[in-house]
Amino acid sequence: MDRQSRQREIEVELIIALFTDYTLRTVALGVAVLGAVSGALGSFAVLRRQALLGDAMSHAALPGIVLAFMLTGQRNPLILLIGAGMAAWLGALLLLGITRTTRIKEDSGLALILAVFFGLGLVLLSLAQRSPDAAQAGLKTFLFGQAAAMVASDVWLMAGIGAGVLLILGIFWKQFKLISFDPDFAASLGVPVRRLSVLLTSLIIVAIVLGLQTVGVVLMSAMLVAPAAAARQWTNRLGLMVLLAALFGATAGVVGATISATARGLSTGPTIVLCVSAIVVVSLLFAPERGVLWNRLRGNRQFQAPEA
Amino acid sequence: MSPQLEVQLIAVIIAAACALPGVFLVLRRMAMLSDAISHTVLLGIVLGYFLTRDLASPLLFIGAAATGVLTVALVELVSGTGLVKEDAAIGLVFPALFSIAVILISRYAGNVHLDVDSVLLGELAFAPFDRVNLFGLDLPRALAVGAGVLVLNALLLAFFYKELKLATFDAGLAAALGFAPALIHYGLMTVVSVTAVAAFDAVGSILVIALMVAPPATAYLLTNHLPRLIGLSVLIGAGSALAGYAMASTLNVSIAGSMATITGFAFLVAFLFAPERGLLAQAVRRQQQRWSFAEQMLVLHLLNHEGTPEARDECTPSHLSAHLRWPDTFAEAVVRRATQHGYVQPGALLALTDQGRSLAQDASMR
Repeated sequence: MDRQSRQREIEVELIIALFTDYTLRTVALGVAVLGAVSGALGSFAVLRRQALLGDAMSHAALPGIVLAFMLTGQRNPLILLIGAGMAAWLGALLLLGITRTTRIKEDSGLALILAVFFGLGLVLLSLAQRSPDAAQAGLKTFLFGQAAAMVASDVWLMAGIGAGVLLILGIFWKQFKLISFDPDFAASLGVPVRRLSVLLTSLIIVAIVLGLQTVGVVLMSAMLVAPAAAARQWTNRLGLMVLLAALFGATAGVVGATISATARGLSTGPTIVLCVSAIVVVSLLFAPERGVLWNRLRGNRQFQAPEA
Repeated sequence: MSPQLEVQLIAVIIAAACALPGVFLVLRRMAMLSDAISHTVLLGIVLGYFLTRDLASPLLFIGAAATGVLTVALVELVSGTGLVKEDAAIGLVFPALFSIAVILISRYAGNVHLDVDSVLLGELAFAPFDRVNLFGLDLPRALAVGAGVLVLNALLLAFFYKELKLATFDAGLAAALGFAPALIHYGLMTVVSVTAVAAFDAVGSILVIALMVAPPATAYLLTNHLPRLIGLSVLIGAGSALAGYAMASTLNVSIAGSMATITGFAFLVAFLFAPERGLLAQAVRRQQQRWSFAEQMLVLHLLNHEGTPEARDECTPSHLSAHLRWPDTFAEAVVRRATQHGYVQPGALLALTDQGRSLAQDASMR
């Protein structure tokens, strides 16, 4: 059998596995939901220059997860998600308070919240590990993501929460659009800018918390930033950008999960991140009107224009 | 030296070494680059390991520091296209490099002691067991490396202080005067990378971020003076390291986590109680301004109606609430304060003192 047809056979097997293999289907569905939700919300984070918020808040979620575990003694995903969300939300509010009332800038505030909350989480984790029934492995995988361990109920949970988040996004679409592009104008119209910002940030945090379990703390920021940054290159319209970002996120999730399921030593989270990074590189290079290549060509054409 | 003492010494030295470049990261609004660099150095270590097959090789150190600089260069390359903002560029570059590192480890180096957890979390308690012999002295490796980096950072800061200061506060002027801002930027980023590599081996990459950003941010709330800012950052960092160690050994918890928590606690204290910029000082100042504004309103009102026929109606405490829309209790309090300060003569009919009249005239002139 020649190489090419063997290659083809593997591809076909993969596609069949995507529909038949229970684990792979579950994982692929889960990361597709995650990619879509974080892509859509990430568009707003990127436009509002909060691209690194995801990174900081996903680290800040750690003490919440550990505390939720210590208080309830269970590893119920919903309880841990709530703990994670509360800690990240507290971090976001503190960040807002610090940058509003002092001369500490956003970047220092983010780094500060990230490192300090994470440190606090480590302290709590080392406390929790001493109690005999604590499953430290479970907490660590929560930290670094473990997509392969997803079961159907997790996917349902993610889909439910994700749908809720997207619904709220739809309801406040016009307001979110306004405060993202021109907050001063929004304020002059009497739109409650600060409350809407908090709501939008809260939605982003929900998306982050959903992703923690799958791709882990470190890589969640890529899931927020990359699909949106890629989508931004293809369109100037917000609606289309959000749709494209969701599509890119979901595609990267499914492709990444499928690749990682077939090869040894390709962890799901990093593989998904590399897939979405590839989409970004292609978008930055080849997107019409904006891409690097397009600009080069246009530059040449302008250079030649007088002769024509 | 006992291992406990050695751990504390390492922590203090690393905290000081981190604080020096950290000051400029905070001032130049690049704090999140420390986050990016401290994650991507993992890739450099992995690649260095594949080249040398030796975890103790100095090439790993160089490779890691070079990846830190490469990260910054990639961020600049991506944001330089103008297609994404700088923060998004950081968020695109470092997860990708970190992912490559994680995949390389899990695929090709699974049986080596090189795991992601220990890079991110670090374990200072084990630092004294890894020893080197230097000039006939038996030292922990982290201590020797940390001290070397601290000396290097201090020397570089001393030599390039003027250039750094100018490029940080007025990049345009620095460029116009012929200092190369790009050179200074990459020089600083090299220092940050080298420091991060030296530090994260012992304390983990998250504590590196805490030690680089939190002490300078805390000091920034306490002073306006660059030399003092640097000195305070070093002191706060070193103090947090010691206090964090004490907390960790008392509660028997993670050392790196405790130190990061203490740096955060130090920031919180400054955030609330800093003499001029703390929340408390701000609230006190706002309250004082409220009172002094109210007193000015009162004396202006009295001056306005002084000697006019309606003074009998206007200049009574009970009328203030109607005319200045003050609640009764507030009006009483203002009158009491103005009396105490000697602006108003008390009585059923309020009258200005000379002092009060000149205050009112001053206020109306402004």
